[in-house]
Amino acid sequence: MPPVTIRGKALIAGAYEHPGRELPDRTLPQIHAEVAAGALADAGLSLSDVDAYYSAGDAPGFGALSMVEYLGLDCSYIDDTETGGSAYLVHAQHAAAAIAAGHVNVALITLAGKPRTGGAGPGGSARFSSAPEASFENQFGMSVPGGYALAAARHMHEFGTTSEQLAEVKVAASTHAQHNPNAFLQDVVTVDEVVSSPMISDPLHRLDCCVITDGGGALVLVSEAVAASLDRHCVPVLGTGTSIKHTSGGRIDLSHTGASRSGPLAFAEAGLTPADIDYVSIYDSFTITVLMTLEDLGFCAKGDGGRFVSDGALQAPGGVLPFNTDGGGLCNNHPANRGGMTKVIEAVRQLRGEAHAAVQVPDCELALAHGTGGSLATRMGSATLVMGRSS
Amino acid sequence: MSELGPSGLPVPTPNPNLETQRFWDATAEDRLELPRCDDCDHVVWYPRERCDQCGSTSLTWFEASGRGTVYSCTVTRRIPGSWRAAAPFVLAYVELDEGPRVVTNIVGCDPETVHIGQPVQAVFDPTPDGPALLRFTPA
Repeated sequence: MPPVTIRGKALIAGAYEHPGRELPDRTLPQIHAEVAAGALADAGLSLSDVDAYYSAGDAPGFGALSMVEYLGLDCSYIDDTETGGSAYLVHAQHAAAAIAAGHVNVALITLAGKPRTGGAGPGGSARFSSAPEASFENQFGMSVPGGYALAAARHMHEFGTTSEQLAEVKVAASTHAQHNPNAFLQDVVTVDEVVSSPMISDPLHRLDCCVITDGGGALVLVSEAVAASLDRHCVPVLGTGTSIKHTSGGRIDLSHTGASRSGPLAFAEAGLTPADIDYVSIYDSFTITVLMTLEDLGFCAKGDGGRFVSDGALQAPGGVLPFNTDGGGLCNNHPANRGGMTKVIEAVRQLRGEAHAAVQVPDCELALAHGTGGSLATRMGSATLVMGRSS
Repeated sequence: MSELGPSGLPVPTPNPNLETQRFWDATAEDRLELPRCDDCDHVVWYPRERCDQCGSTSLTWFEASGRGTVYSCTVTRRIPGSWRAAAPFVLAYVELDEGPRVVTNIVGCDPETVHIGQPVQAVFDPTPDGPALLRFTPA
């Protein structure tokens, strides 16, 4: 554990998921503003209370600098850390540290995007095309599903994982999504339906892939003193971990993720182990993302993910490890092609007892949210957040 | 789609820079050259003028064998944009005999037959502007 811990020193006071999945009539800054207002209202705070703002690559223009102006904030602390879809968990970690250090009282984190109706997704193409690795990876028909498929194929080769086991992840997510009226896909699917859906990039079928949706979300983290002044149920941050995994000069390892480092860091800070966790939100850009992450976080042995997710282990409320009770990115929402924000939001709902009654985990005391950014096992930012119930 | 190489796949032009020009110049002559660290013998991929293992900036280019094995592969069947018409095609990581695992395509064979562990040999797919793309075919 680090000498100065954030454990319990910062609390999530506000969490808001935009209900929209197609937002053709909104600008990107408008969606950021709507989710900011939603999370602050949830906390019982206003824009004038915010002294720190966090955004990632989905924020337009100068990022946080542009958005602080658009939103009309008065901030003495900003952070533009960009690790793709996991960035919002990294922001929560940074906000918790800044709060623990006394620099920040009220931190606002926003995410917004329009990949469904607004054309290009986040991330400037010029920025990516000038990356030092670009000419050695982008000339070969690499795609997002293709990159994840390469990890899935290797995992199958090393550990005997099957398409039917991957499909169990989607089945569990769809079982939860039927109870979420905002979910983009609300139909329950079977293993057979997943493995007979069109192949995108072997071994990943269409139903192994997450949805593409407009929308966004926001979080408000506050100090203990601010939390004590609020009427809202505030969720303490107990442990955080971030890791960057890359190709290591060409010695890439496709069967492990950065969760194998971010997870132990978060558990150590929280003073907890995987066995203590009642509910998990696991980034689910693809089914394989969930399976490998569960292994690397220590919820099962490495290579046993396929067996672990079979037989309903992930299904709420009665499974061994209920996950993504909002339907996750696979069914509910993947705003801006970045799923980390919604992972934290559903974990907060569970800890507050505000998940849908059909999927609420009884006596949910401890929850974990995990974000994956970049491309699975290749060049990725992993972030883990452990939260408690408290108040 | 733009032009296709002899492999039948698109040949988008790379962007050589001061650190990678030698690599691309060699591909134009059907040779695979890689930088090796003078201090720790690490063969660095992607090419750059520093060793990611020990931080040395002293590296020497050498001609690699062009032999390798498939580390992972996928038949991409659906993809938007300029690669759509090329599908199905094989996207792969090949582990070079010299160590690095590189992103590439496996060409010159039925995509359905490519598998992890398969021995492969480099082929150089020329782009319209001179440099060639490092692809592989079954050995």
